[in-house]
Amino acid sequence: MAQVKAPKPSALMSPAPGSARPPSTATASVSEGERMSGAQSLIRSLESAGATDIFGLPGGAILPAYDPLMDSTQLRHILVRHEQGAGHAAQGYAHATGRPGVCIATSGPGATNLVTPIADANMDSIPLVAITGQVAAASIGTDAFQEADIVGITQPITKHNVLVTDPDDIPRAVAEAFYIATHGRPGPVLVDVAKSAMQSQTTFHWPERIELPGFNAGARPHAKTVQEAARLLATARRPVLYVGGGVIRSGASAGLRRLTDLSGAAAVTTLMARGALPDSHPQNLGMPGMHGTVAAVAALQKADLVVALGARFDDRVTGKLESFAPHATIVHADIDPAEIGKNRAVDVPIVGDLKEVFAALVPALEAEHARHGKPDLEAWWAQLDDWRTTYSLGYTPTDDGHGSPQYVIQRLGEISGPDTIFTSGVGQHQMWASQFIKYERPNTWINSGGLGTMGFSVPAAMGAKVGEPDRTVWSIDGDGCFQMTNQELVTCALNNIPIKVAIINNSSLGMVRQWQTLFYNQRYSNTDLHTGHGTRRIPDFVKLSEAMGCVGLRCETDADVDATIKRAMEIDDQPVVVDFTVSRDAMVWPMVAAGTSNDEIQYARGIAPEWDRGEEE
Amino acid sequence: MTKHTLSVLVENKPGVLARVSGLFSRRAFNIHSLAVGQTEHPGISRITVVVDVDALPLEQVTKQLNKLVHVLKIVELDRDKSVQRDLLLIKVRADVRQRADVLQVVDLFRAHVVDVAADSLVIEAVGSPDKLEALLAALQPHDIREIVQSGTVAIGRGAKSITERAFERVSA
Repeated sequence: MAQVKAPKPSALMSPAPGSARPPSTATASVSEGERMSGAQSLIRSLESAGATDIFGLPGGAILPAYDPLMDSTQLRHILVRHEQGAGHAAQGYAHATGRPGVCIATSGPGATNLVTPIADANMDSIPLVAITGQVAAASIGTDAFQEADIVGITQPITKHNVLVTDPDDIPRAVAEAFYIATHGRPGPVLVDVAKSAMQSQTTFHWPERIELPGFNAGARPHAKTVQEAARLLATARRPVLYVGGGVIRSGASAGLRRLTDLSGAAAVTTLMARGALPDSHPQNLGMPGMHGTVAAVAALQKADLVVALGARFDDRVTGKLESFAPHATIVHADIDPAEIGKNRAVDVPIVGDLKEVFAALVPALEAEHARHGKPDLEAWWAQLDDWRTTYSLGYTPTDDGHGSPQYVIQRLGEISGPDTIFTSGVGQHQMWASQFIKYERPNTWINSGGLGTMGFSVPAAMGAKVGEPDRTVWSIDGDGCFQMTNQELVTCALNNIPIKVAIINNSSLGMVRQWQTLFYNQRYSNTDLHTGHGTRRIPDFVKLSEAMGCVGLRCETDADVDATIKRAMEIDDQPVVVDFTVSRDAMVWPMVAAGTSNDEIQYARGIAPEWDRGEEE
Repeated sequence: MTKHTLSVLVENKPGVLARVSGLFSRRAFNIHSLAVGQTEHPGISRITVVVDVDALPLEQVTKQLNKLVHVLKIVELDRDKSVQRDLLLIKVRADVRQRADVLQVVDLFRAHVVDVAADSLVIEAVGSPDKLEALLAALQPHDIREIVQSGTVAIGRGAKSITERAFERVSA
């Protein structure tokens, strides 16, 4: 009999990890046992959970909650123009601050419009609490107006969800939602509240304890496996730390820094982990994977030890799984036991919060060094440095005389500095923003990694700016992505959320076009967007931005890039949108074609690195 | 692929069965049988799932099941170290002339007749899936009109209880 899990005892209600902001004093004075409506109880519950900013849009079924919301002094509600924007804004807020993001929508279409952000948060482990109104309990299941079974719909894409029909259950449901979203591996939780529950009378009781006997908030790393990992790190000749987004979610960058310095190992930071270790750190080889650096990809392929830290061996990182890191012993540390061995068999599993993993692993490795001395990694670093210098990230100027998208993005990073938060959509601009901006601290790079949601950038930037109002927030976006969610610029303009948007406008669905260039004989089926050079420019992004209450700027040549960015940086009382029209032929390199081995990485089109040069096997 | 029997202890909350079965169907695993019922603890139900799947994907789906908030415990029950039973009800057309033959089969398999009509019998049989298969085979020459079968329920042999500790946690 294999006993798979011992249930955890109930946990005391504690502030969510990373929730620096204490609940307001208004919350402390909440009198227990007060009579109120379910709607008031819902708002009081959100306050008691420590929420301060929520993104949403009212409608019939959620309407009762919007009335007491008007009186809340603690909750700032930001009225979005589309519920998808509310969800992504809450994600951006959570990603930038480490506190759970909250979005709220009505039943039916309001709720289904949250499906994409919920799925996105689920893939990228973002703590998100989604509140939806539901039709009255008596009408559920009758195809009532604006009825959708949102609990059923979001079951596979939430960490947990619940339908509340009894008003007495509202505080507990909200408390549990915040607890589950922020404990263990973070994720989205949806609370669907029937309108009838909001309209009934109830007595407000905020639960003192969270009792979830089946919920596993995380185990302590096992001393034995930590010891084994330390032994391997102390003896490996070609070690690589494969750093994933879990390091950022855990707030474990300092621990990662210590382990990196102490071990001397090479580090690669995945798309979700950019900024977890400063790009200026000499051991940081950059991003691995499909569009990773040659050095990062090669390091993994040639490693004799890969220590995966809050990473999940995603196909965009491993390439063809069977040929990924073929010589490596695998140590895998993650808070979610289901990630261990999911894609790649693991030699040394460590289940636990990465902060605790580092706290245990660093002294264990120090002890190994004290006993056996530090390993000699000179040959490994000679090899890595050779790859790094020979195949450094770069780009060639375009042939058509139009601007280089990579140059625009590189200058954005250089001019706006390391404290700036960058968000992106999905596609070429996302990869270039990951490659050509140097990230020096965690939570400065916010993108949709797992789900790959076009349109993520603008609303995520809005949420990040609400959470971190004193920092510059640049939304780097594509012309395709921008046309999906740009309406949230209206929200930004009206609510004094002065984000900056850089549209990398190549007049096409660029990444799809790149694949058509490479794999579909340059047959450009449905990727032309008519927004760039020599087109009718529909829409005209400058005019569109101005119509939405933003400053609209246009930049058409490399020579104007610096001045335009500086102009945009000067405007801080209004959102700014810059239409950077660039060449449509620029491509993202290096590239490992989908489904092929990482060994087949191309540095640029038709140029494969010489792998075995100077290598000792 | 091999058959595995999982006992899943869950909090008795709405939707929990859909959550559990959803994790199997999402991966296109074939659920061979599924039975749900109350336990000696009023707040806890026990789901017995028999599933056709290889060991590695089973481990993954078990880990995913463990992440469900209302799942308390999962135990795989080894065929040799557990008692596994199904309930089968069979309606057979049998008039006076055939009745004796059918009743002989019923006796051989220690099954029962629970309903008699002029031209039909309803047979109730409890047993391991293998035994019930054999019973059905023996009845094959007769005119079987209808079959209904419960999911497998299973319990480990010996004194050890898989529910004890889970209950303590919930009651605490």
